[in-house]
Amino acid sequence: MPVPVAAEQRSSSWLLLLCVAAWAVPGAGHLWLGRRTKGVLLLIALPLMFAIGLAIQGRLFPFEISLADPLVSLAAFADLGIGLSYFVASALGFGAGEVRAVTYEYGNTFLIVAGLLNLLVVIDAYDTAVGRK
Amino acid sequence: MASHLVLLVTFAFFVSVVFALLSKDSPADQIRFGGLLMAGFLAAGFVLGWLMYVFPF
Repeated sequence: MPVPVAAEQRSSSWLLLLCVAAWAVPGAGHLWLGRRTKGVLLLIALPLMFAIGLAIQGRLFPFEISLADPLVSLAAFADLGIGLSYFVASALGFGAGEVRAVTYEYGNTFLIVAGLLNLLVVIDAYDTAVGRK
Repeated sequence: MASHLVLLVTFAFFVSVVFALLSKDSPADQIRFGGLLMAGFLAAGFVLGWLMYVFPF
């Protein structure tokens, strides 16, 4: 039977691994910490939100440093917040974005907000791990 | 899925679920807070939509 580890005894490398897992797979951090209901709901909600964003012609913004259009880089970082789903979707050719589609901006909003919400989830998992919550 | 209303409701639902899960610990509090948050999102969407209706651009 695993012995529960006190919050103050958790090493920084363990916390880093937890945060990486929480970022890569939404809800994984909470599942790791034993918050099953919360973890499963996050595991469903965030990838679903991301998938809806892709389905309604949202765009996964590229990483490009451009002073003329700095918001593109910020949107790319926000998209990346969803974790592995970003790379899987990019590899499969999703997220090209159809700017003429009436849902294009909605799709971008779903993708960006899903990524940003997952970053909040990572912070929540960290706070839970160190005993702040 | 091009309905603005459906997309508004869907977006409000997902954001409310995540914020409720992160902000509250007990299921009863999560449902209450999530419901209030979603109602707030929808109300704000409708009010802002009607306010912007008068603008020609």
